[in-house]
Amino acid sequence: MTKVLIASPLRSYTGADEVEADGGTLGALLKDLDARYPGIRFRMIDEQDQVRRHMRIFINGEPVKQLSHVLKSSDEICIVQALSGG
Amino acid sequence: MAKTRAKSKKKTSSRSKKDNALLLVATRKGAWIFRGDAARKQWSSDGPHFLGQIINHMVLDPRDGKTLLATASTGHLGPTIFRSTNMGKSWQESPKPPAFKKKEGGRTVKQTFWLTPAHANEPNVWYAGTSPQGLFRSEDGGVTWNEFSGLNDDPQYREWMGTEQDGTPDGPKLHSVIIDPRDPKHLYFAMSGGGVHETLDGGQHWKPLIEGMEVVAGFDPKTVTFHDPHCVRLCPSNPDRLYQQNHCGIYRLDRPAKVWKRIGKAMPAKIGDVGFPMVVHPHDDQRCWVLPMDGQTVWPRTSVNGEPAIYVTSNGGRSWTRLDGGLPKTQAWWTVKRQAFAADRGAPVGLYFGTTSGELWASRSEGKSWTCIARHLPEIYAVETADL
Repeated sequence: MTKVLIASPLRSYTGADEVEADGGTLGALLKDLDARYPGIRFRMIDEQDQVRRHMRIFINGEPVKQLSHVLKSSDEICIVQALSGG
Repeated sequence: MAKTRAKSKKKTSSRSKKDNALLLVATRKGAWIFRGDAARKQWSSDGPHFLGQIINHMVLDPRDGKTLLATASTGHLGPTIFRSTNMGKSWQESPKPPAFKKKEGGRTVKQTFWLTPAHANEPNVWYAGTSPQGLFRSEDGGVTWNEFSGLNDDPQYREWMGTEQDGTPDGPKLHSVIIDPRDPKHLYFAMSGGGVHETLDGGQHWKPLIEGMEVVAGFDPKTVTFHDPHCVRLCPSNPDRLYQQNHCGIYRLDRPAKVWKRIGKAMPAKIGDVGFPMVVHPHDDQRCWVLPMDGQTVWPRTSVNGEPAIYVTSNGGRSWTRLDGGLPKTQAWWTVKRQAFAADRGAPVGLYFGTTSGELWASRSEGKSWTCIARHLPEIYAVETADL
């Protein structure tokens, strides 16, 4: 299981700022996250499997956009909304 | 699936034992439900629902009187649809909101912009229009959504839709999805930009319906892409009559004719016939209301001269009368968006509009006099009426 930090706009889905999900890739982990918290994936990943324009996903502090990115169980995922707008 | 309860929502002001009018107010920062008494004089507010979320449209299903849908997105999060069957006490999120199919170069729904319940004989069927332009259909009361009719991938229609750069700054939109009450297979929709379109066979084939509509000077009106209908409405009392507020004027179309007539030419020249919303009378096809805005130079999109007014025609657009009783006389620089002006089915007909500055106005005299029933809301995107 991988630790996932959840951005505040998505906590209505998880009810917590930190949850766990399973998956060998970022895409698989987000699919598992959506199975646990239905609807959460589409609000950060669009129908073309792209991270939405103002969302960011960090793995161990590094920004990642590819859903095919391979994960280790020790990885820490952080989903944040980009600093945009006023 | 997110289930929400609007814990922060508050009910304010008094309300009668007999509530029978409902206003569904969608804003840039959430949604509110206003309930009116039998006289439509006292209103209570229930909200905010979805505080902070962009709600483009909220509609109650007139066929069952209980299914309430709201389109939602935020500046960061993707678009979705929420559904309630207890008048907003709790909401369930669609597990499959409108989305284009995944493919190379495929498009992404930025917002679900418009909701229309389908024909009375098609319970649980809804249509949705999106930004960028897409047409979607639900057959289970708004729970799940699918692309409708092949339109979204039709090469000709994709050309007419243009790119996002061809659209309005908030994104090009598909709106004004209209169902002929006599025939569930006869539909219209409009696109900003991209014209007005019609199907007679339930979406298997679509045809543009743009003849007579003008475009910005210097462009060819035969080019579908250049047409920018802002709001199209069908008269419930005469389904052969359509009224339209366009980027380039006010129009009427009487089917089976296919040529729109620019009835806005009869508006006062100093006011012009530019605006967003169009409201038709529920029982009188000769009557409709518009709310003109300033469309000069850089398109301020404010009331003309800062003096807001409704204009009504009682003769199908041959002449127009100014109605501004109770509205600010000066220095009111707001306007009203295409979904934010609505009529109820009362006698006399009640009219309601919400402004870009967050005021909600009501008239119990078919527009002759107006009362502000709420202030300080976020920018209002849509106002819909419903009977309880």
